[in-house]
Amino acid sequence: MRRPRPRGALVALVFEWVCCGAATLLLVALGWLLVSLVVGGWPALHKFGFGFLTTATWNPVTEVYGAAGPIVGTLVTAALALIISLPIAGGVAFFLTELCPAPLRRPIGTAVELLAGIPSIVYGMWGLFVFAPLFSQYVQLPMMTAAAPDSLLEKLTTGIPNGSGILSASIILAIMILPFMAATLRELLLTVPAAVRESAYGLGATTAEVVMSVTLPYVRTGAIGAVMLGLGRALGETMAVTFIIGNSHRFPKSLFDSGSTIASTIANEFTEASTPMHTAALVALGLVLFVITFIVLGLARLMLRNQVAKA
Amino acid sequence: MTISTARLARRRATDVVFKIFCVVVTALALIALAAILWSLLTKGIGGLNLDVFTRSTPAPGSRGGLANAIVGSIAMCVLAMVMALTVGLLAGTWLAEYGGRSAYGGVIRFLNDVLLSAPSILVGLFVYEILVAPFHSFSGLAGAVALAMLAVPVIVRTTEDVLLLQAATLREAGVALGAPLSFVIRTILWRSAQSSLLTGALLAFARISGETAPLLFTALNNQFFSLDLRHPTANLPVVIFNFALSAYDDWRRLAWAGALLIAGTVLAVTVVARIVAQEQRRS
Repeated sequence: MRRPRPRGALVALVFEWVCCGAATLLLVALGWLLVSLVVGGWPALHKFGFGFLTTATWNPVTEVYGAAGPIVGTLVTAALALIISLPIAGGVAFFLTELCPAPLRRPIGTAVELLAGIPSIVYGMWGLFVFAPLFSQYVQLPMMTAAAPDSLLEKLTTGIPNGSGILSASIILAIMILPFMAATLRELLLTVPAAVRESAYGLGATTAEVVMSVTLPYVRTGAIGAVMLGLGRALGETMAVTFIIGNSHRFPKSLFDSGSTIASTIANEFTEASTPMHTAALVALGLVLFVITFIVLGLARLMLRNQVAKA
Repeated sequence: MTISTARLARRRATDVVFKIFCVVVTALALIALAAILWSLLTKGIGGLNLDVFTRSTPAPGSRGGLANAIVGSIAMCVLAMVMALTVGLLAGTWLAEYGGRSAYGGVIRFLNDVLLSAPSILVGLFVYEILVAPFHSFSGLAGAVALAMLAVPVIVRTTEDVLLLQAATLREAGVALGAPLSFVIRTILWRSAQSSLLTGALLAFARISGETAPLLFTALNNQFFSLDLRHPTANLPVVIFNFALSAYDDWRRLAWAGALLIAGTVLAVTVVARIVAQEQRRS
């Protein structure tokens, strides 16, 4: 006769299954999210087809929706934010790992990490009330007066110099993702073994050479991952952008032109959408954002993981 | 010889330029971030007074505060943390102790990493589709679910990391005494990791307490004091958003005061989390 199972074994089994169920909940949530976006956005996708992605007419009155404006706005602001933020984040990380006097290292490093946690709505408010007036006065107006007629600069700087627009939004985004990227890069650079760095110095390399040819290549994959994680944040950011991008659905024509991103459009219009088609179009926009960020974040995570596996 | 000195000079010059660049951009970054904190402090302090904590959001021009929004935010965050801690702790435990090395575990970990930085507005859309549209009413409950979805990945990640750091001998000692693994996890591993788990929970709380986008169309807003989470619920982030974009000076002052409150809370919670983590490392 078999010995009956002890009661504890049943509890153990149940516990394992409950844990596994909780983990599966993550899969269910993400899958359900995708399905609900597809279902909710289907009327718009079905009606406008591929044109939803390529036309720039967004008109709730005539019920014609084309998302090219917000999509381009999202990609342009995120790309510009990355271009602005990347060299600065790199400089901060290099400064903290190679140049900073030891007593300052921890305080500055901690400050950067703390700032990465400030809610994005604070960045948005600062952008609208503090940054925009200064930007209009000291950057937009001088650049617009300096631009020669019919030059490329003139084309890039047309618009209303009220401090908001594509470039302003990009700068605010850049400031917002800066602490995050700097902190991640710094953490990566700290994983470089001291022996590797010291031998480079021992061979007579200058600081610039050590960073550029030894430590940065050492963490290359992870660094690209960190940058893409920053890009993912910039793509999906809502509040910091909504305040300052100007919120128009036109195709943005210049750096100072007002525009919109996918996230800002959804945030502004979703609760005011009056017709089912308007709601569907906004959900379809969300689906586009989901696909873009999922690809970017997925690649970023794979790269970061390979780096961690190597270290 | 002349060639090599010229080359050395060039290398040194590059190095100096590089160092200057690093110092300048660090200074720039710190100045920009200090400027943000400075305007937050100067503009927020002016609006902070007793009314902010005792009165509900006013009509423009009349006396009022943010009491309903503060209470609504706390209620939703607490409810969200209860849900997120339950799911996150169990899921993280499963990844660390049971299925983390299987292919399925790899998939779950990857999805968790993606959710960790997924755009929060999409979570808002999702919760709208499943909890608001079917019931034809915005609700604080929906807001709490949206916040929980943002907190879970943080907790899963820290739980897994922390449990993997616990010594293997702890598990072996427990199992050798005849305890089932589940008992060892609950009574030994969770307990020895409790302060690190607390750090993770605090970081998750800091993350959700300032989130605005997912609340815009789940909790919506409410002008009145209410603790009934089945209806639209006032909350700080959405009130700040609406008031900041309004044309009234007194509303904007309240928005800055609210922003200062939120940022202050987030910073304080993060600092406490770091102190807890340091204590853990020391002991």
